[in-house]
Amino acid sequence: MATAAEDVLAFLTRALGSPVGPDDDYFADGRANSLFALELVAFVEHRFRLTVEAEDLDVGNFRTAANILAFVTAKTGDRSPGAVTDAANG
Amino acid sequence: MPPTASVATLVARARAEAADWDRAGELPDSVVAEAARAGLLGVGVPAPHGGSGGTPAELGEVCAHLGGACSALRALVTVQDMVTAAVLRWGTPAQRARWLPPLARGERRAAFAATERGAGTELSAVTASVTEHGEEIEISGHKRWVTFGRTADTFLVLGTADGRPAAVLVEGDRPGVRREPVEGQLGLRAAAVAHVALDRVRVPRDHLLAPVGLGLSHVVATALDHGRFTVAWGCVGMAEAVLDAAAEHAARRTQAGAVLAEHEVVRALLGRCAVDTAAARELCARAAHARAERLPEAVADTVVAKYAAARAAVRVTGGAVQTLGAAGCAPDSLVGRFFRDAKVMELIEGSAHVAELHIADRLLRRHGFNSAAHVARREARA
Ligand SMILES: Cc1cc2nc3c(=O)[nH]c(=O)nc-3n(C[C@H](O)[C@H](O)[C@H](O)COP(=O)(O)OP(=O)(O)OC[C@H]3O[C@@H](n4cnc5c(N)ncnc54)[C@H](O)[C@@H]3O)c2cc1C
Repeated sequence: MATAAEDVLAFLTRALGSPVGPDDDYFADGRANSLFALELVAFVEHRFRLTVEAEDLDVGNFRTAANILAFVTAKTGDRSPGAVTDAANG
Repeated sequence: MPPTASVATLVARARAEAADWDRAGELPDSVVAEAARAGLLGVGVPAPHGGSGGTPAELGEVCAHLGGACSALRALVTVQDMVTAAVLRWGTPAQRARWLPPLARGERRAAFAATERGAGTELSAVTASVTEHGEEIEISGHKRWVTFGRTADTFLVLGTADGRPAAVLVEGDRPGVRREPVEGQLGLRAAAVAHVALDRVRVPRDHLLAPVGLGLSHVVATALDHGRFTVAWGCVGMAEAVLDAAAEHAARRTQAGAVLAEHEVVRALLGRCAVDTAAARELCARAAHARAERLPEAVADTVVAKYAAARAAVRVTGGAVQTLGAAGCAPDSLVGRFFRDAKVMELIEGSAHVAELHIADRLLRRHGFNSAAHVARREARA
């Protein structure tokens, strides 16, 4: 079973066409195209069963893989990253 | 879902009258009111927000029905859905409560104002300025080609706040909003298109939709994604309607004792058109499914569906005009009108060119090739 981090990095690498490290800012380095931002939101919502609101996007939550994982952990409250993985696969 | 009977009544009326609307360059008020009463302006809006909470497939089917009778009527649903979707997706609870019910019921009429003279395909180049003045926001700019811009009272405007994209809802009756009708364009003639000038228009701060910076990548992107979906289904309806008309004509029309359909070239053309039409419908259905399941590939599947459906509409309407001959060129001809409308569908909501590039980029990225990054690297080396 893939971990949350592995899934996020795998999605990003596939969507951006090149390896993505946990702290790469893919919006700044020019790899993102005009559809990517929405696809990323849809991926996070689908993978982690949550709803992303506009305020969630404001503070760079989606700029790096590490930020995404921190955001997901915060958003899902007391569920640990392990629980996050289980929720998505269960 | 809107009651099927009232949709059918409206579609029947559109079939009979759409050529007149096309000539007049607008939809009669009574038609818009009928569409609102039938719930067509809130199909995609959940019931708690005043809509009918239809599924993507149901919304698509409505657009195919309308699109098969009158592209402008389908476009009315499209722009309303684009703006309501953006508010639903990125609005605050207060913004949803304020804007969605009147929009979903058709008491407010929406339009989408992004394009400018120097910003069509590349919307990041918009220059309309969005500036903050205490509790107010001021917007100045020249928006072009706004579908239903002549009649809308609620504009979703894309501007730039010091280089950061910002999306703002602007009421049509604010001082400084000026509309200049566009008439006689190639297609979508009944869609009350206007260029809309905004001259230091002030709105309250709470009209800003999503934080500054997200206006294009998220708000406008969501509106365009929805626009592609309903345009795609509208194109399916157009293709199906003209395919029917072409087959009917080919089966009946005789010259010197020979029916048109006796000619192999005519039958082959119909065969190609039938395949294009069916394929477009299937790709639209695939997109509807991805959207209903909220799959990450829903956006990309919708680009594919819109590209294929617009191309099918262009090819099939062209084939239908060919098959009908002068009858397809006559002033009131449905296939002639759809032939004009179809070309517009390959330009709006992301042109065919741009769709092809997106689709290929997505494919290549899976093979580790990112065209944007590649070009940047090569230029850096040079
Ligand atoms: C009837 C009608 C209704 C419309 N309604 C609305 C509306 O409601 N709201 C709104 O905001 N706008 C609206 N538009 C505008 C429409 O969205 C634009 O026309 C469209 O985005 C294309 O922009 P453009 O016309 O500036 O063409 P350009 O961007 O100049 O493009 C011209 C051609 O060049 C190609 N091209 C441009 N850039 C690239 C690229 N990077 N790669 C490959 N090819 C490229 C395009 O594919 C196209 O074929 C409407 C237009 C029409 C005709």
